[in-house]
Amino acid sequence: MAEIVIDAVRKAFGPVVALESVSLRVADGEFLALLGPSGCGKTTLLRIIAGLETQTSGRVLIGGQDVSALPPRKRGLAMVFQNYAVFPHMTVAENVGFGLRMSGADKAHIARQVAQVAALLQIEPYLQRYPGQLSGGQRQRVAVARALAIEPAVLLMDEPLSNLDALLRLEMRAELKGVLQAAGTTTVYVTHDQTEAMGLADRIAVLHAGRIVQIDRPTDIYRNPATRFVGSFVGSPPMNFLTLPVANGHVELGSLRLASPTNAATVVMGVRGEDLEITAPGTGFPFAVRVVEPMGSHTLLTGSVTGQMIRVVAPSDSRPAPGDVLHVRPLQGHVSWMDAATGAALETKNR
Amino acid sequence: MRNTRLAPYLLIAPSLLFLAVLFLVPLVQTVALAFQADGPGGAAWSTANFARMAGDLNFADAIINTFEIVVIVVPLQLCLALGMAMMLRHVQRGRDIVLWIWSIPLGISDLAAGLVWLAILTDQGYLNTVLNWLGVVKGPQSWLSYETPIALLAAIVVAEAWRATAIVLVILVAGVQLVPKEYGEAADVFGATPWQRFTKIMLPLLKPSIQTALILRTVLAFEMFAIVLSLGGRNFPVLVSEAFTWQYANQNFGVAAAYAVVVMVISLAATLVYLLALRTPPEQR
Repeated sequence: MAEIVIDAVRKAFGPVVALESVSLRVADGEFLALLGPSGCGKTTLLRIIAGLETQTSGRVLIGGQDVSALPPRKRGLAMVFQNYAVFPHMTVAENVGFGLRMSGADKAHIARQVAQVAALLQIEPYLQRYPGQLSGGQRQRVAVARALAIEPAVLLMDEPLSNLDALLRLEMRAELKGVLQAAGTTTVYVTHDQTEAMGLADRIAVLHAGRIVQIDRPTDIYRNPATRFVGSFVGSPPMNFLTLPVANGHVELGSLRLASPTNAATVVMGVRGEDLEITAPGTGFPFAVRVVEPMGSHTLLTGSVTGQMIRVVAPSDSRPAPGDVLHVRPLQGHVSWMDAATGAALETKNR
Repeated sequence: MRNTRLAPYLLIAPSLLFLAVLFLVPLVQTVALAFQADGPGGAAWSTANFARMAGDLNFADAIINTFEIVVIVVPLQLCLALGMAMMLRHVQRGRDIVLWIWSIPLGISDLAAGLVWLAILTDQGYLNTVLNWLGVVKGPQSWLSYETPIALLAAIVVAEAWRATAIVLVILVAGVQLVPKEYGEAADVFGATPWQRFTKIMLPLLKPSIQTALILRTVLAFEMFAIVLSLGGRNFPVLVSEAFTWQYANQNFGVAAAYAVVVMVISLAATLVYLLALRTPPEQR
């Protein structure tokens, strides 16, 4: 078990800056997700923690020890790779026991440990098979088992579920959470899938263009995005944004009159689709429905407000027709305000 | 439907025909020639050619010399090429240029290569000039005569290593590129030292390429001829140079054919050994 401290780590590949002075503290036993679109630097950061990439400047500390100059094998960590990197020329048992063999553990201990993690990840029937004889999901389990077998202080995972089909991903996600909670390992998990990050992590660090734009608990990230980017990246459907004119410290939207946190000419109002309720005419703002998608658990309505596109998550029994004009209003306290120019969240009084 | 099924066979037919006419037919003829001898009633099946070959003074030398070279040169080339391929992985810039320079000997014919090394190693060659200048030897010193068999063998080994290591290298470099770098990274993360990464991960995963390179190199090493002839002449008989001598100097085509058959059988046996010893089971691919 160990705490990870990333201290002002910067990484440039020639003239291209992949990470701009990132600082981050992952508590002992914490599960932190690094979330962001491709090219945001999340995998680079993970590889720097692992020692597979060298930072241009800054330090990495694991368990209080500066490991910046140490090769991966001396950092006391385990990693699950995106394409699993399960060795094709070794049996499942040899793969799972690989880390322990390299550390010179005795055979009895290796056998015990392999049997234990194999049971945990339900790969006992395949221990004598080769990875080439397994399905993608089974290989994924072998990769996780190999990582857990060495009882690492730190576990790094690089998009471990992205090569699985949707159903298997859901299943593995729940299983992974259970297994890792029981192990209590400090985990850094890289993903571009916000539902994965939301479901698994204690905290999420959202990366954008080489910077951490927000680091918080999943619900806080979801409710109070620090920037317009975070609001649009986290959550499905993404947060709705309406750019509105400010007059006398207020914005007017239909029959709503809301206090604006800024006196700039315009402000961006952010509100989640499920935080918009359909209401009686005269109490909200008009919403012209264009597309109706019945999703089973809810109905997704896409339409426009003052010419700007938004999505409303309506109850599943709500079936307006395209072309209908509904009236909607945000739930009390579920509105975010962003600076129209920078996209940064603004302090609000009505929250 | 019938046409599309036939098409692939029709397309490869010319190459098959070409090989059959220009390879299989001469092969059968050579084997037949080796096993025929002139008897009282004209040519008859016999092993006389082989008896004559085995009874020849040079035969034992040719066998020993050939195997000596193969046993020294092939492992040496494999080790050199592996080392070069591993080093090349860490070259960031100018990788192609390094590979290109290393492959230059591939473009030189083995006779030309033999003559280059002859110019270096002959009595009044570059080596003796340098050694003389350094004061190591006085006057011309012979390295390539029958009186200096070790020096002669060493010269042939060096020349052969210089000439043909590149082909092993090219095959291995292609193989290394097929090994995903995540395997090495995973081994690194899980505690393997650089040497362990090489022996436990890279070597086993390179096995198919090593197999190809060894088969190719060994077969060609058994057929080595021009370099040996240019450096050693008749002082260093090998199987193929003996076949050449019997064919052209002695004008005995039967014994020459017997040598050819011996070389072929040895090559086939070596290939078979590699195929079995370095087999990669399909489930481990």
